[in-house]
Amino acid sequence: MSENDLAQNDGQRFDRLPATPADREVEGRASREEVVDWWQDRFAVPPETFEDVTFWEKGSGKIWAFSADLPSPVRVEGLGITLLRTRQEHWKPTTTGVKRFGRDATENVIDLEPGEAAAFATGHDQQLDRWDGDWGYLIAAHELAGEREPIGVGLYLHGELRSRVPKGYQEDLAVLE
Amino acid sequence: MNPLDRYERLVDDAGAFRDACDRRLPSVVRVNELRATPERTRRALDEAGVTYEPVDWNDRLLRLPDGSPGTTWPYVHGWLHGQEEVSALPALALDPDPGDRVWDACAAPGSKTCHLADLMEDSGVLIGNDNNLGRLSALRHNAERLGVSNLVVTNEDARNFSLDSLGIDALDGAVADVPCSCEGTCRKNPDVLEKWSMGHVESLVGIQKGILRRAVDLTRPGGEVVYSTCTFAPEENEAVVDHVLAGTDAEMVAWDAPLDTSPGITEWEDQQFDESLAKAHRVYPHQNDTGGFFVAKLRVGGADAATEVGE
Repeated sequence: MSENDLAQNDGQRFDRLPATPADREVEGRASREEVVDWWQDRFAVPPETFEDVTFWEKGSGKIWAFSADLPSPVRVEGLGITLLRTRQEHWKPTTTGVKRFGRDATENVIDLEPGEAAAFATGHDQQLDRWDGDWGYLIAAHELAGEREPIGVGLYLHGELRSRVPKGYQEDLAVLE
Repeated sequence: MNPLDRYERLVDDAGAFRDACDRRLPSVVRVNELRATPERTRRALDEAGVTYEPVDWNDRLLRLPDGSPGTTWPYVHGWLHGQEEVSALPALALDPDPGDRVWDACAAPGSKTCHLADLMEDSGVLIGNDNNLGRLSALRHNAERLGVSNLVVTNEDARNFSLDSLGIDALDGAVADVPCSCEGTCRKNPDVLEKWSMGHVESLVGIQKGILRRAVDLTRPGGEVVYSTCTFAPEENEAVVDHVLAGTDAEMVAWDAPLDTSPGITEWEDQQFDESLAKAHRVYPHQNDTGGFFVAKLRVGGADAATEVGE
C-alpha cells in the first residue's frame, strides 16, 4: 500500500494504533511502537509500563491510553485517559498522562522547590535558569511525603519553564516548606 | 408535607433521625489507592497541616472537620476524592476483582465509578455510562484526575444499554445507583425536601426498575448486581428490587455492611415485599452521622450460577 492509499482519520471514533509504522492504514497515525519508544526516549519510562495498555486515536493526533482492549474501532465518549498529542513536530504529553505513567521517568524531569511547585500548579510561567538539560516538554515534579510526584507538563524554552497544567487542574496552593 | 414524616415509624429513634437530618454533613474524602497509599496520603496531609480523622468503619475514608480538602497537594495529585461516606457503599458491596468486566449504569459524576476502578486496581473493563451528556464531562474529569485508565465512558439510556459494540458477552458485575428523590442528601441539599412530591417518586420508579432490570439482564449467571439509592422511600427501594426479583432469576444475597444499618423492610403501607429484602441495608443519618442510603446486593441466577453459589 502506498501513502496515497491510506485512509483519513475519523475524529468521531476511537481507533487502536497500529503495532508498527509498517502496519499503518491511516495517514499520519502514530504506531504503538513509536509511542512506547517516545516515552522511553524522552523520559526513560520503561516499555514494560505500557505492557497491558492499548493506545487509541480519537480526534486528530489525540492519543488515549486504555488499560484493557476492545474491538477497534469503537464509538464511545471516552476510553481510558488522554496521553499524548501527536501529528505535530514535537509530540506533547498530557498532564494526565505524566501523572499516570510518568512516575518512573528519570530523564527530562525537573524537580521543583516548594514555591516553584505551587506556582507551577497554579499555571504560572517562571524563570528557572538552573536547568541545563533539553529544551521542550519536561515533567515537572516535586517531593511530597517522602517521594517524587509528577505535577504536570512544562515547556522549557530560553530559561523559562512554562506551565502547561490545564485550567481544570490548576489550583492555588499554599507553599509547604 | 415533609417527606421525612413518612419514615419516622421505620426508625428506632425518630427524634435522633430528625435531628441528624437537620445537621450539616461532615466533609469526607476517600483515599485513591491508584495514586497513593493511605499512609503516604496521611503523611502529606500532616505536612500540609490538614486535620483529619479516619472514619471508624473504613480507613480509606477520612473526615475533615475543618471543611473541604480544598487545594492541598494530596487533593491536586488525585490522592483524595471528596465524596459522601455512604457513597462508598455500592463499590464496597459489589467488591469487584481486578480483571472483571463491570458496568456502572448511572456513573456521572464518577465518585462511585472511580472507587470501582480503585478496587479493580485499574484493570479489566469498567464501563461508566450516563444518559446525561453534560454530566459526563464531570465523570471524565474525575477519572483523569484520579488516574483511572480502565474506564470506557458511554452516553446511552441505561434501560436499553448494549454491550455488543464493546465485544463483551456478559458482565461480571454491575452497579445501578439510580436517579432517585434524594431525600438522603437532605443534610447537603435541604431543597430536596421542599421539592419532594409523590408524583416525582412515581415518575422515577419506572426508570429505576428498567435500569435494574437491564443490569441483571447484562450480567452473567453467578455475577452480582448492586442496586442503590440515596432515598428512604420504599417505593424507590424495596419495591423496585422486589419487582425485579419477581421478573428475573436474580436473588438477594446477604452482605455484611461495614457500618450500622437497618434491614430492608418487607412491608410498606398496603404492599408486601419478598422476605429476602431484609438482606438489603437502610442507612439512616443518625446511625453513623452520614447521609441516608439504601443498598441491595443481588446475584444473577441461571444454570451456571448454582456452582458458584455453592463455593
